[in-house]
Amino acid sequence: MNQIADMPDAVETPLDQIDFSDPRLLKDDSWHEYFARLRDESPVHYQAESPFGPFWSITRFEDIVAVDSNFQDFSSEPTIIIGEVGEEIPAEMFIAMDPPKHDVQRKAVQGVVAPKNLEEMEGLIRTRVQEALDDLPVGETFDWVEKVSINITTQMLATLFGFPFEDRAKLTYWSDIAAAGPQMTGGDIDPQERFDGLMECLATFTQLWHDRKAQNDDGFDLISMLQRDPATADMVDRPMEYMGNLLLLIVGGNDTTRNSMTGGVLALNQNPAEYDKLRADQSLIPSMVSEIIRWQTPLAHMRRRATRDIEFGGQQIKKDDKVVMWYMSGNRDERSIENANEFIIDRANPRHHIAFGFGIHRCMGNRLAEMQLRILWEEIMLRFSHIEVMGEPTRVNSNFVKGYETLPVRVHPL
Amino acid sequence: MPKVTLIEFNGTDHTIDAETGKSLMMNAIDNGIPGIDADCGGACACGTCHVFVEQKWFDATGESNPLEDSMLSMRPDREEVSRLSCQIEITDAMDGMVVRMPEYQM
Ligand code: FES
Repeated sequence: MNQIADMPDAVETPLDQIDFSDPRLLKDDSWHEYFARLRDESPVHYQAESPFGPFWSITRFEDIVAVDSNFQDFSSEPTIIIGEVGEEIPAEMFIAMDPPKHDVQRKAVQGVVAPKNLEEMEGLIRTRVQEALDDLPVGETFDWVEKVSINITTQMLATLFGFPFEDRAKLTYWSDIAAAGPQMTGGDIDPQERFDGLMECLATFTQLWHDRKAQNDDGFDLISMLQRDPATADMVDRPMEYMGNLLLLIVGGNDTTRNSMTGGVLALNQNPAEYDKLRADQSLIPSMVSEIIRWQTPLAHMRRRATRDIEFGGQQIKKDDKVVMWYMSGNRDERSIENANEFIIDRANPRHHIAFGFGIHRCMGNRLAEMQLRILWEEIMLRFSHIEVMGEPTRVNSNFVKGYETLPVRVHPL
Repeated sequence: MPKVTLIEFNGTDHTIDAETGKSLMMNAIDNGIPGIDADCGGACACGTCHVFVEQKWFDATGESNPLEDSMLSMRPDREEVSRLSCQIEITDAMDGMVVRMPEYQM
């Protein structure tokens, strides 16, 4: 899409000439100045034209909380990204549903990430993290994204779904193509490839559903949980709903943790004094994990649709207008977070961030994500004095996933 | 200042002098009581300040609103006496109140 012209100057250009949906803002990590201007000059901002149609941008922390917790006036249907999902695969997922349907479906799977279950999974996760770190090529420059972030999150997802371990790379692939349609987020996947890939995903998981059913044990994987809950027990007969919820859980568990695993390495390299703090006091790991998630904000936005004409922040939002909450901007809002633009691993209130969203759609995997990152950093600190960033990262081309394609690093053993 | 007792899941109890007009959540945080995460800072938008109010005090805590109800409905450990502590405003009528904390916030 709009890859031809250079990005307009962040300081001089009138706001109505800037396209805030342009994926290059994230790809080049140039979004900071643009969104700081929105927060200061036009916090509830109407953009009349974009490749994804007109939309409102909400950029201050408090306004995002207000929109996110008002599900009556700001609906999550039909979808939660700026663009449209397209007619060819009408997948239905609970993140893009309102109550009461949302609540029933979410509740069916919520238990898989209840802290009790997490405790049971902790040992397994730790073993896998240890293996991944022990295999790293010391003395060589390698890609952290591939060898650590993708590797570990994919193993975790396979465990959560009870998915055949040897085929787990497919989960990453489906996750990548699910959210990369050009009309959806500005990504560059070919629509036919996306269609074929997602159909294969559905076929594979339909088979898995029937196999699991035949085994008839009391597994604690997500598919067994869906089968046990009366509200979702026959979900396999509603393929678009089944696929929608699978994709939600795959993307939700994949892009997010993966990119925070990379973001943390980068943030510590850009802030060596914080890395020193961490080396001196490893009990800071849990608060650092929250800070990494805030600093990275792996999902840049969520979209809502106004269900009626409503005045908000002094603006008149019309029924059916798209309203985009920019989480990454809310997480840099000095009005709500002290020194919001700094990475501080021992900040006073590190959980007070908006990367998980707020309200009834708040990320259900938040504690799982935190646990994975905590284990990763505990195991890193047992092995390496320094993970050294050797060059610039390459970033994902999307206005939705705020993440990394590659990050060259070297590890230095203790 | 009404005295309020918060009991951790492991049985450890904490009695605080609560400030009226302030939420139970803020009182707990200000007194450094563990077991209430309060990620959203009291906006009724995260569900991580969940408590169980002892039955005989339940009415004293007032009505919950529909948003609180939706947030609570996603907790697998919800009980009849569940409340979000950021939505309970401390009053003098709560002197002696006891609340229990859940095993975890999520
Ligand atoms: S503090 Fe978030 S709901 Fe009470």
